[in-house]
Amino acid sequence: MPGKLKVKIVAGRHLPVMDRASDLTDAFVEVKFGNMTFKTDVYHKSLNPQWNSEWFKFEVDDEDLQDEPLQITVLDHDTYSANDAIGKVYIDIDPLLYSEAATVISGWFPIYDTIHGIRGEINVVVKVDLFNDLNRFRQSSCGVKFFCTTSIPKCYRAVIIHGFVEELVVNEDPEYQWIDRIRTPRASNEARQRLISLMSGELQRKIGLKVLEMRGNAVVGYLQCFDLEGESGLVVRAIGTACTLDKLSSTAAFLPACNSPSKEMKEIPFNEDPNPNTHSSGPSTPLKNQTYSFSPSKSYSRQSSSSDTDLSLTPKTAPYPQGPRIFLCPSSPSLSSGSPHLKKSCLLSESSLTPHHSSHISPVVLRKSVSFSEELLLAASGMGSGSAGKEGGPFKALLRQQTQSALEQREFPFFTLTAFPPGFLVHVGGVVSARSVKLLDRIHNPDEPETRDAWWAEIRQEIKSHAKALGCHAVVGYSESTSICEEVCILSASGTAAVLNPRFLQDGTVEGCLEQRQEENLPAGCGFCHIPYDELNMPFPAHLTYCYSCRKQKVPDVLFTTIDLPTDATVIGKGCLIQARLCRLKKKAQAEANATAISNLLPFMEYEVHTQLMNKLKLKGMNALFGLRIQITVGENMLMGLASATGVYLTALPTPGGIQIAGKTPNDGSYEQHISHMQKKINDTIAKNKELYEINPPEIPEEIIGSPIPEPRQRSRLLRSQSESSDEVIELDLSHGKKDAFVLEIDDTDAMEDVHSLLTDVPPPSGFYSCNTEIMPGINNWTSEIQMFTSVRVSRLSNINLTNQTLNKNFNDLCENLLKSLYFKLRSMIPCCLCHVNFTVSLPEDELIQVTVTAVAITFDKHQAVQTTKTHVEKSLQRASTDNEELLQFPLELCTDSLGSHPFSPAKEHLESASSNSGIPAAQRATSIDYSSFADRCNSWIELIKLKAQTIRRGSIKTTVSVEKASPLTEGHFRQRSAPACANSTVGVVKMTPLSFIPGAKITKYLGIINMFFIRETTSLREEGGVSGFLHAFIAEVFAMVRAHVAALGGNAVVSYIMKQCVFMENPNKNQAQCLINVSGDAVIFVRESELEIISTQQPIASCQPACGGGEIAT
Amino acid sequence: MTNELDIFVGNTTLIDEDVYRLWLDGYSVSDAVGLRVRSGILEQTGATAGVLQSDTMDHYRTFHMLERLLHTPPKLLHQLVFQIPPSRQALLIERYYAFDEAFVREVLGKKLSKGTKKDLDDISTKTGVTLKSCRRQFDNFKRVFKVVEEMRGSLAGNIQQHFLLSDRLARDYAAVVFFANNRFETGKKKLQYLTFGDLAFCAELMIQNWTPGAVGEQPPDPPPYSQVDDMDVDLDKEFLQDLKELKVLVADKDLLDLHKSLVCTALRGKLSVFPEMEANFKNLSRGLVNIASKLTHTKDVRDLFVDLVEKFIEPCRSDRWPLNDVRLFLNQYSASVHSLDGFRHQALWDRYMVTLRSCLLRMYHD
Repeated sequence: MPGKLKVKIVAGRHLPVMDRASDLTDAFVEVKFGNMTFKTDVYHKSLNPQWNSEWFKFEVDDEDLQDEPLQITVLDHDTYSANDAIGKVYIDIDPLLYSEAATVISGWFPIYDTIHGIRGEINVVVKVDLFNDLNRFRQSSCGVKFFCTTSIPKCYRAVIIHGFVEELVVNEDPEYQWIDRIRTPRASNEARQRLISLMSGELQRKIGLKVLEMRGNAVVGYLQCFDLEGESGLVVRAIGTACTLDKLSSTAAFLPACNSPSKEMKEIPFNEDPNPNTHSSGPSTPLKNQTYSFSPSKSYSRQSSSSDTDLSLTPKTAPYPQGPRIFLCPSSPSLSSGSPHLKKSCLLSESSLTPHHSSHISPVVLRKSVSFSEELLLAASGMGSGSAGKEGGPFKALLRQQTQSALEQREFPFFTLTAFPPGFLVHVGGVVSARSVKLLDRIHNPDEPETRDAWWAEIRQEIKSHAKALGCHAVVGYSESTSICEEVCILSASGTAAVLNPRFLQDGTVEGCLEQRQEENLPAGCGFCHIPYDELNMPFPAHLTYCYSCRKQKVPDVLFTTIDLPTDATVIGKGCLIQARLCRLKKKAQAEANATAISNLLPFMEYEVHTQLMNKLKLKGMNALFGLRIQITVGENMLMGLASATGVYLTALPTPGGIQIAGKTPNDGSYEQHISHMQKKINDTIAKNKELYEINPPEIPEEIIGSPIPEPRQRSRLLRSQSESSDEVIELDLSHGKKDAFVLEIDDTDAMEDVHSLLTDVPPPSGFYSCNTEIMPGINNWTSEIQMFTSVRVSRLSNINLTNQTLNKNFNDLCENLLKSLYFKLRSMIPCCLCHVNFTVSLPEDELIQVTVTAVAITFDKHQAVQTTKTHVEKSLQRASTDNEELLQFPLELCTDSLGSHPFSPAKEHLESASSNSGIPAAQRATSIDYSSFADRCNSWIELIKLKAQTIRRGSIKTTVSVEKASPLTEGHFRQRSAPACANSTVGVVKMTPLSFIPGAKITKYLGIINMFFIRETTSLREEGGVSGFLHAFIAEVFAMVRAHVAALGGNAVVSYIMKQCVFMENPNKNQAQCLINVSGDAVIFVRESELEIISTQQPIASCQPACGGGEIAT
Repeated sequence: MTNELDIFVGNTTLIDEDVYRLWLDGYSVSDAVGLRVRSGILEQTGATAGVLQSDTMDHYRTFHMLERLLHTPPKLLHQLVFQIPPSRQALLIERYYAFDEAFVREVLGKKLSKGTKKDLDDISTKTGVTLKSCRRQFDNFKRVFKVVEEMRGSLAGNIQQHFLLSDRLARDYAAVVFFANNRFETGKKKLQYLTFGDLAFCAELMIQNWTPGAVGEQPPDPPPYSQVDDMDVDLDKEFLQDLKELKVLVADKDLLDLHKSLVCTALRGKLSVFPEMEANFKNLSRGLVNIASKLTHTKDVRDLFVDLVEKFIEPCRSDRWPLNDVRLFLNQYSASVHSLDGFRHQALWDRYMVTLRSCLLRMYHD
């Protein structure tokens, strides 16, 4: 499918002075694609040249269209010597290759030079004409859409979620080629930029081919990374989730729409296995074996999949005969859960406990299972985990068997998504992760990246087996990362083991109705918390109770996941960012010895990170972690571990017990005193945190829950309430007897340090919340002001007497101070929440620690929060009452309890907000007040500037400034109103956010993926303001280039923006520094909801369907 | 453990107005941190000194990067590197170009050259404005001067267009440019009592009435390369030449007497200082007319304000004329000329006196 690429160079502006004599420039432009080059005329003596060139036409293969970037070079003509390059623009034309995205790229692009940074701008127009071609053996994959967003993009509907796609390509790093010794740094940087651009184009094309093979049409959650392996080469790898997406048109009904694509897709998963095996061969028993085997045999998985296929193929007719059969199928799965390597990978629960199951079966559950005809799977799954004992086994087995159908055929049932269509996620097992330490060797043949492929395959295999051990057949929220130091490389992969609803994986025809049913049937959004694994054969020790929401099925006491909080999950209070930070010294070593030392350290680090997370979670009075991301970074002489997650209190999980400190030497009096002092401090902190995050779960009388779980004997002496403040009602004490306190044993100074460090974490100042997930649990009334930012800190460790403790403290301080700085900087946005806080740690040199944070601050409306929390409570009340018809007592109690003690009664909230309004420190208010008086003065010429802008831009709307200056306190409103004014300015505003949505707005179109790689180098570091000045300018330039590309595509925002790499190297002695940055995101067009209403009154738009509701609450 | 690198970059560039002011005022980072600490910001926000230091550094760095753009404000509007809402852009520009009263009084009317720049040290010590801030303000004057010096059309309009300043500030700059171009002496001790506002007021009137641009709007088709290129910056040479004709008012004794009698008749009983006026009339009139007739000499143009104070304001002030009496006198003084039959330059007289009268009234205070 060849295509014609057309490029027109219109004009330049703000060019640098290249001729000192005249203070002017004789600029011309070279346009290069592949091996073809065109040139414009020289525009003499101007810093604002008007070339207005003809259309340069490139007739090229679509393979090249996908791989090659369009390269535009601006030069200064010199009659006597060589022409000087001013700078370059690389344009990825991929967004033009699929019909639904952008049709033209047109706009001002910053002219970028790797040595000088941005040097003026150039106006370019790019178009592509594609010719249709039905070549079966094509190498290109034009038309496959790519999304960085890790949920189903807002204006699409998932027809089928096919699953994991991955690819990697390797090459020699130009920086390390022999020619680099003789060429200029600029040439070397440009070679590198170009190569990476080419490689990522190629990678995307190859992934696209895989998607087409799967008969998908899009990749969601596309994550592409570079591994700069130094001498041994350059690896570009990507993972993603292949999907068949259906565009939600505003008027068309969606049911017929989803039929057409799925029809042809339906055959795909089944055709692969032509062997129509029967499922009469007792599916459950062998499946058990398979589930827990660590190296799943391929032949087996095929067999099982075929048998599943039958089941899932006939979802409407099969269930009745099959329903009862489940009971008749006796299996005695026996697994001695002693998987050794699970210790380091399964982050689920710490409290060791041998589970005793009760033989009691709830009759309700049984009834339920029969009554659900079509929802066999769900019912079965619910029952499987709910009814304890022998019956549980077969149910689960069947469930697994069925849902595996779509997954088992694939090598890796992984999903890079972190948020899902409702009903997709059935159960969540816990976090699975795997790491491996590798020694890098030179990649000899770039066309055969087998070693790297094999490494990743190995890791994925391990992840898969971990997931199976958790009774899960899939891994969601999956991601991969590397950390490289010299020739040692740590490969990491992690995800959340889960049980998925198979229907999404195969055909989407019944999806619409399916969802509705699920809404009805799934109780209180607690389903995903229920354990997917077998209670008898738990793969690791866990403390199980009956679900606190539905009271029918078992849940663990804590839940760790890498995904976002499901939208239907009920939480109490707000969430918060929880981080575990850890350093470990390591001896400097070479090659093998080094790798061994690192692998030996890894399990300890994992363990400690986990312990820290658990402690901090308890300290916050919460019981679940979402968005968990553990990064282990390797340096010359140390390892760093940084785990970030968002803690929440899930209603379905039990109230966490407190933290109990136990000393080892009880005979020492002063020591005892010290311990009790610490204990008190901890208890106070927990109480404070509960208040801060509004965690006030309704107390539930123990009888209702029943007490199926006997107390662990070894801990019985420690059973004391730590978490509740003393002034609460007496009945609480009853329940406390059942809660397990978390014990910290202080046996040496190390442990003491740990406890201290626990208490050093300061909560964010009032009015601030932070999380690393998409949306903050407990806040859903976002206002439209957003501020995305990147902050980088590099800290030098003092070399003397480095111990693990001082290192830990330094690292901890570094992170805490960074957070404090962020809170201070963004104080004018209060009340606001830092969302998607993404920390990255690297160790660029011996004593240097680099921490990079990217996040977005979003303001929210305090007043509306009252209503939403109230409705939230009401909703959960309703749910609770419908779910517990036989327990009439309970909802009533809950009712009085929650209404009486809820701190957010409207009146109080009013007072609070009023006081906080007036209580805003003068410093914050002063600025805005100051401004308002100033605004008077500025008024007239703001108008003037706007008028000027308007003359340039057509179709602009005149806004009145007088409104804006009126309210100095509502800066948020101010900005919101002035937003259209900004659009009038010659430079359109482009929003950037790491989230998949824009608060208060609706994304109407996805324009394509933005994936950019930049290198900046300087040999005059001091003159550019030192390292800070250099990097500050560079990051600002990167933002500018991203915005310019988005604007040129016709977009006004980047969502799911991520800075994947920020590699900074300096050599102050030589006055040099170099930095590499890789960013990506989705370019979109959004429309403010307020504007949308105006449109919709003119032309009614069908309401958005639940399918696109990933982040619906938030918008 | 020390932070080698510490940066914060927002998609929308964060501007802290307080820090911007400190930066404009020329404080070093450590001084600025000290001042911020004293403002009580730490207590209000619960931040630490380290946080404040890092925040201040960051803002200073941003301002430093923005400064290059602020030198040509239209570039700030079109650049892509810093995403700043228009209202904030306007604020940045306006504040950057704002100047201190104390400073402007020192350099007003001086040649904006390297020589003056060397004196900034002294000005800084004298005015208490930091040297950095003095440099910025001086460079602003010079930059604006250079850009609009050779331009046709309204001075304030040109400034506004090229520097995107507010109307008020653009007019102030027009005054600064006008003073610098004509090198009016403003630094003499007896002129010290005049504020920048007084002088800017006078400058504005002179630009409106005494420059070539003042005659008509603009000549319909501008004469190519004529010497009247600078429409608003230079005084109208022809006008100054014509002013010599006014000399007859004091040189012709009859005319002077007639003028005096007309004024005295009209003001008798209306002035509290009538006797003093009567006694001083000839001196005052001679002073005002002589100033006009001497304006052909550049030297005398420079001394315009000195002369006005010496020849008119000081005599009146020493006789304790109330402002209202000065107003009545000047009105009558200029109006009576129309009744002088032998005097043919009525239009010229008005062009001169209307401006001069307003200037004198504005300048007449302690």
